[in-house]
Amino acid sequence: MLAQNIVFSLLAVSMGLSALRMVTTKNVVHAALYLVIVLAGIAANYVLLAAEFVAVVQVLVYIGAIVVLFLFGIMLTRSRLGEDTDLDNDQRWVAAAVSVFLLGILGIALWRAFGRNPLDLTNSVARGASGENTNRVADSIFSDYLIAFEVASVLLLAALVGAVVVARRE
Amino acid sequence: MVLNQFLFLSALLFCIGVYGVIVRKNAVLVLMSIELMVNAVNLNLVAFALYNDNVIGQVFALFAIAIAAAEVGVGLAIVLLIYRNRRNVDLGTLSEMKG
Amino acid sequence: MSVLAVFNTGVLSNALAAEAAADKVSDGFLLANSWWLPVMSFVGFWAILLLAKRINVKNAAAYMGIAVIGVQFAFAAGAVVQWQQRTAVVVEHAESQSAEGEAHSTASDTTEAETSDETHAESLGAIGAASGFSLGSEEGEVVKLRPSVERSVSWYRNGDTDIRIGTHVDGFAVAMLFVVAFISLTVHVFSREYLRTDSRITHYFAALSLFTGAMLWMVQSATTLGVLFGWELMGLCSFLLIGHWWEDRDNTDAALKAFFTTRIGDIGLLIGIVILFFAGGKTFDIAVINERALNGEIRQWLCFVAATCLFAGVIGKSAQFPLHTWLPDAMAGPTPASALIHAATMVVAGVYLVARLYGVFWSGFSIHAGGMNLGALVGSITLVMAALLAFVQTDIKKVLAYSTVSQLGYMVMGLAVGGWAGAIFHLVTHAFFKALLFQASGSIAHSGSHHSFEMERMGGLRKYMPVTFATFTAGYLALCGVFPMAGFWSKDEVLTAAKTNGYTWAFVAGSLGAFLTACYMTRTYTKTFFGENRLHLFHDDHDAQLVNTGHDAHTTHDVHVGHVGHEGAGGLEGAGGLEGAGGHEGAGGHDDHGPHESNIWITAPLAALAVMSTVVGLLQWPKFYAFEHFIANITFEETVIARWGSPEFNLTGVAIPSSILGLLGIAIGVVYFKVFNHDFGLVKRGGIFALVHKVLKNKYYLDHLWTGVVIGFVKGPLAKAAYWFNQQGLDGAVDTAGRTSVGVSRWVYRFIDQGTVDMFANGIGSTTNNLGSGLRKTQTGNVQNYAAIFIGAVGLAVLAIVLFI
Repeated sequence: MLAQNIVFSLLAVSMGLSALRMVTTKNVVHAALYLVIVLAGIAANYVLLAAEFVAVVQVLVYIGAIVVLFLFGIMLTRSRLGEDTDLDNDQRWVAAAVSVFLLGILGIALWRAFGRNPLDLTNSVARGASGENTNRVADSIFSDYLIAFEVASVLLLAALVGAVVVARRE
Repeated sequence: MVLNQFLFLSALLFCIGVYGVIVRKNAVLVLMSIELMVNAVNLNLVAFALYNDNVIGQVFALFAIAIAAAEVGVGLAIVLLIYRNRRNVDLGTLSEMKG
Repeated sequence: MSVLAVFNTGVLSNALAAEAAADKVSDGFLLANSWWLPVMSFVGFWAILLLAKRINVKNAAAYMGIAVIGVQFAFAAGAVVQWQQRTAVVVEHAESQSAEGEAHSTASDTTEAETSDETHAESLGAIGAASGFSLGSEEGEVVKLRPSVERSVSWYRNGDTDIRIGTHVDGFAVAMLFVVAFISLTVHVFSREYLRTDSRITHYFAALSLFTGAMLWMVQSATTLGVLFGWELMGLCSFLLIGHWWEDRDNTDAALKAFFTTRIGDIGLLIGIVILFFAGGKTFDIAVINERALNGEIRQWLCFVAATCLFAGVIGKSAQFPLHTWLPDAMAGPTPASALIHAATMVVAGVYLVARLYGVFWSGFSIHAGGMNLGALVGSITLVMAALLAFVQTDIKKVLAYSTVSQLGYMVMGLAVGGWAGAIFHLVTHAFFKALLFQASGSIAHSGSHHSFEMERMGGLRKYMPVTFATFTAGYLALCGVFPMAGFWSKDEVLTAAKTNGYTWAFVAGSLGAFLTACYMTRTYTKTFFGENRLHLFHDDHDAQLVNTGHDAHTTHDVHVGHVGHEGAGGLEGAGGLEGAGGHEGAGGHDDHGPHESNIWITAPLAALAVMSTVVGLLQWPKFYAFEHFIANITFEETVIARWGSPEFNLTGVAIPSSILGLLGIAIGVVYFKVFNHDFGLVKRGGIFALVHKVLKNKYYLDHLWTGVVIGFVKGPLAKAAYWFNQQGLDGAVDTAGRTSVGVSRWVYRFIDQGTVDMFANGIGSTTNNLGSGLRKTQTGNVQNYAAIFIGAVGLAVLAIVLFI
């Protein structure tokens, strides 16, 4: 248990710092790279939570595809690739106030609701050893959530077509 | 491990994402901040999946990832369109809705 | 794709389970596999569509269609036998609910559980449901019921919601299956001759097959969703068949009208199904919904809303007032299709729905209370109104169409007054004799009146068409309710229910309807078969008339012959062309221009239907009530039987008076229309009679209401309304009113408006103005600004929740 807590602490600190840097850095490309660190941290957290399949999907889809998309977006919009002093608007204090306020409220609510409720890993770890966690996810998607799955695939197709139509030159 | 450590981390990431959404001028950076928020929510879902000892949360997170991918695709396409029409992606200048 | 795969495996495992169980308990092979019936039709549909033109046999489509429906008919007849042989299980009435549930679960173990995991656990419980109306039930009396045969598979699942699809075969369903298969068989055979020369005969028989399949599916479907599926498919086929001769603009208009009018009601049906889905605990299962509606799990007002919505669908589909206007227009289709769809089967789908979801209607419309309810009101209005309209039609099919509307009104009224078995019995008998009447009129048009349905062109046909005359007579007597024909028994039972259950007004309307029916049918009968043949009077304008009415086969010959060449495929094109040409010659066989009897393809179905119209009524012979026992199901036991007990034949109170009324109607009809040979001679003298005649001729101006007022109102309400007022000579009144108001206005302006109101008005105006310009500043147009405000507000909401909850 201790090892997991240590890993989590390291992850949490690095993710928090990276996230903060991402929203404050003056370099657009650096922001994308900080985002990679946060996303990788999330994937690691999924592993901690015995959700191996989601972790792999996270790495493949987010880090592999979406971040690349962002980098393309940065390049195609000719954002300045080096330092840029003009990345933030004048709402910094409003934004900070709202965020801190929201964080405080959420913290209080979460603490009241769940306190020190422990996470029981024994079942999941046992299943994870035999790869059964992923089996259960697959079973669930292809039986109970089959319709949702099909709809999601249609949504992806629609988004693909929509993106092409929107971005194409006349 | 306790449930709340993940929830607090998730809340922190979410609020940083909120800060980014509000404060960044570059549309691509705003989209990145939104992705940060989506990921924070996904972390919640997976944490609750373990907490309740079922897989529904994981399934939901997978769907959320798929839909986030679609969202980024369409979002970036819109950003490109804005760039093509205005030669910049500064959200501060997009004020047609001003009353 | 994968959804389909799941479905297929479900069917497969279900079939295997049933097969394994078939050894143990005889569940009735045909009853358990009744889903084959619609499947056969759908296979037949595709086979006819794809293969018929490639088979080098004349009218291959017709023979394929007849083969399929023949097998189905044998299947349905076998199912009737199997249902009759099915062992009844004891159902004890409402002494102690737990004991009752116990008895039923054991009963179901032996009889229904063989489809094991695929069977509905809840639907078994439906049998053991508590009776909502124990007051009238005979306590502890032993009632025997045949348990229904249930088959269902998971169609798809989403989370916890399991959407099932399956069949629910009880006596009612078996009776409907038999009736539909029988009528459809006669119609198929009839059409073989009637549409022999039609170039689109392939499409015709394909649509007929599809329709039959849809109806066979609907009547055995266990879920409201399945019912909806069959219902809409039938609507599509109805549209296709009404517009079969689409070269004529009138026909396509009629098809569209039928489609759109029923669609209006279908919106209500859809809403009702959704309401019941949630109210019944996330299920489409009809048995469960009925049970929950009856034991009060669905609250009464919710039942009322759901029943009213469903009833909108019934009004559309079963042509009830005020959406009945599509049905007479639907006669533009080929006559056998009209017989099948717009007389015998599809239009009773609404009646079927009410009977099937009777629990919902029972509690929603408070049928147990007596007096009057929405269903009885609509049914009564429909049956009297349509019967009156039938008097002024000159087209024999239109007479029969209005007669159908009227009889549908009977059925709806019968259900709504608690005559469940009677209304269904009327549905069955009506299907036989109305199909007979329609096909007889088709026979007349085919061989006796040059493809016209105008009664002016008929007359004296009894000499020329003896078989048609004899069979039409059977149908006529059945419709008039003459003892011992079918209509006598069923009409009587509806009237008895209305009378004994305390629906006095419905009873009066029904009796009046019986009288009117006898009267207008006598008019039609005498005009068609007696007197001098008037066909030669119209001999000269024969061709012109064909173009004008454009109602029937052969009308568009020249177009068709041209068509066949296009439609034929490959090397068989020549054969198709030959066929068209041959058909044309065949039509040339009418060159003698005299009425004559139709051939065996037409007379055989007529004879079969005439026999049924005569004998089927005897099924409800008093003391035995064979039909009622055949169709009785748990819903019937828990509603009508529990409240009023089994309906009894009422000789002196209903049977004799209604027979006298019927005979009186016939007598008056004979005297007025035959002996004096008046067709509204009285009318021509003017006065009130002319007015009535005009109103009826214009169908109560309902069509004008829909197209003129409703649609016109949407188009240009102000102009129309102003014009209407102007035309009505209200000018003077308007003028006076105008002058008065000008005077009043001046006074008001001077003393009230300028003085006090203005002050307030200006105050409100300027305040709003200032407020607006203040608030305007918050709309910066910056998305991120909005985001900050939005998220801050969400935070405040969370704060409120944290603090106060």
